[in-house]
Amino acid sequence: MGMTMTEKILAAHAGLEQVKPGQLIKAKVDMALANDITAPLAIKAFKAADGKKVFDKERIALVLDHFTPNKDIPSAIQCQEVRLFARQQEIVHFYDVGEVGIEHVILPEKGLVLPGDIVIGADSHTCTYGALGAFSTGVGSTDLGAVMLTGEIWLKVPPSIKLIYKGTLPKWVTGKDLILYTIGDLSVEGALYKSMEFCGEAIRTLSMEGRFTMANMAIEAGAKNGIFAVDEKTLDYVKPRAQRPYQIYESDSDAEYLLIKEYDITHLEPVVALPHSPDNIKAVSEIGEIKIDQVVIGSCTNGRLEDLKMAAAVLKNQKVAKGVRCIVIPGSQQVYLEALKQGLIEIFIEAGAAVSTPTCGPCLGGHMGVLAPKERAVSTTNRNFIGRMGHPESEVYLASPYVAAASAITGKISHPEEVC
Amino acid sequence: MIIEGKTWKFGDNIDTDIIIPARYLNTSDPKELARHCMEGIRPGFAQEASEGDIMIAGRNFGCGSSREHAPIAIKATGIKAVVAKSFARIFYRNAFNIGLPIVECEGAAETAKEGDILKIDLDKGEILNLTQNLKFKIPPLPEFMKELIADGGLIPHLAKKGSY
Ligand code: SF4
Repeated sequence: MGMTMTEKILAAHAGLEQVKPGQLIKAKVDMALANDITAPLAIKAFKAADGKKVFDKERIALVLDHFTPNKDIPSAIQCQEVRLFARQQEIVHFYDVGEVGIEHVILPEKGLVLPGDIVIGADSHTCTYGALGAFSTGVGSTDLGAVMLTGEIWLKVPPSIKLIYKGTLPKWVTGKDLILYTIGDLSVEGALYKSMEFCGEAIRTLSMEGRFTMANMAIEAGAKNGIFAVDEKTLDYVKPRAQRPYQIYESDSDAEYLLIKEYDITHLEPVVALPHSPDNIKAVSEIGEIKIDQVVIGSCTNGRLEDLKMAAAVLKNQKVAKGVRCIVIPGSQQVYLEALKQGLIEIFIEAGAAVSTPTCGPCLGGHMGVLAPKERAVSTTNRNFIGRMGHPESEVYLASPYVAAASAITGKISHPEEVC
Repeated sequence: MIIEGKTWKFGDNIDTDIIIPARYLNTSDPKELARHCMEGIRPGFAQEASEGDIMIAGRNFGCGSSREHAPIAIKATGIKAVVAKSFARIFYRNAFNIGLPIVECEGAAETAKEGDILKIDLDKGEILNLTQNLKFKIPPLPEFMKELIADGGLIPHLAKKGSY
């Protein structure tokens, strides 16, 4: 009986020849991750379990990205706790203001997560690293505290869903549109507890950035992980970054899938997720006139260089509409610097957008662009739940950087063709 | 383990931003978190819920973020268990790890009306709706989860094993 790549990675890390969906295993963890919101609780759990030393100081990443630079006194205290712990435990991959970026942007960028790895993060979007052919999934702080202590985690082997994308990406259609469309099709619980394997010709042509965007939102369909086969694009990305050996796993041709779906994307249009659910999908051309107050371009979903390039392509020589606040947040210092060198930052500022230091900020309604009652935002982030970006009566529309930038110019949700 | 109490009913896809909005995550103090539990869809819930109550929900309860603050907030309102048609997976792990029992039971979640009295017997594997006189079977927990609960959650479980 064949195995999927997810099953192979899990088996290898559990020291087993074979695993089956539903099987409970204890697996070795290659990289464990927490941020300024989840780390304090994980540290508390670590200490409560009488933890003295972390299992491996090179296999833990602590990233202060959510409420930093410290937005208020309580978050300053939370960060202080993490800083102290990182120093005491000599955590090698600790990232603070000045070198920090959004966790799921910087871990791949720095080569800390690699193909074939098991990555466990106290953050639900840890599933992002599936783009590299790794098994990665989010857990809570207590689980993470236990991983920091033992280097192991119990997991249930998930059944897999295979998603095949046929055809070529039409103009203005991005990885974000593919994943939103898929979540719209499957629903927010369509992949609950399962593994989503993304494949097909359209995926092979997709950039690494596009793949990170897609894997990032697997959780929005309820999935345990999302995963992509390793190909030349993956290796081009990984080789110059990797500082330790890694292993490439491939799904067998006779691997078992709970469900196989084929999407022909040739005629797909840019789509938007309407409030208050990421599966509430409509084509931009079908939603009519929806006026907006704010645009956010950034996050672990769409805060990479290609995303900023897309936004800049639309915003070049244009102006953000009066009455609209457009906030651009590079996902990492490296993205920021590269965007600066390539003239993208200049384009944003000349268009009238605000550019911020890397942070999660408004994505979770933390700071740097919180919404008032009745306000509407178009955002390249991943969640539009009630109150996600601010007041419970505010609204968030999820879209690609193209659509977000076009909407900033017109002041209503717009197809990029309206302005380009 | 037997849990008996009055129910509060919620719908499908209740996400972690509803359970505890991210803007309150600058603290992990359970009491502080509890004050804002469910406030986006049911303002005042935390104040009205009393010790020993049970929460009922539809499908995919706890979807969204990995924040453990969500089950912590629920637990700190005094809620003793959550019964739902299904749970999002990270929430499921978190709830067990922090010692909030949660039960997947389509029938009990469907039929319960707000205010009904439920009796959950985790050892026998059944839920009784005492108000409507209904009985539902629930699947037994895997061994290691029973161990976790018996030890009082993941951390006491690890502490008991010791030697790290
Ligand atoms: S950018 Fe948003 S979704 Fe991503 S890690 Fe930060 S808060 Fe979470």
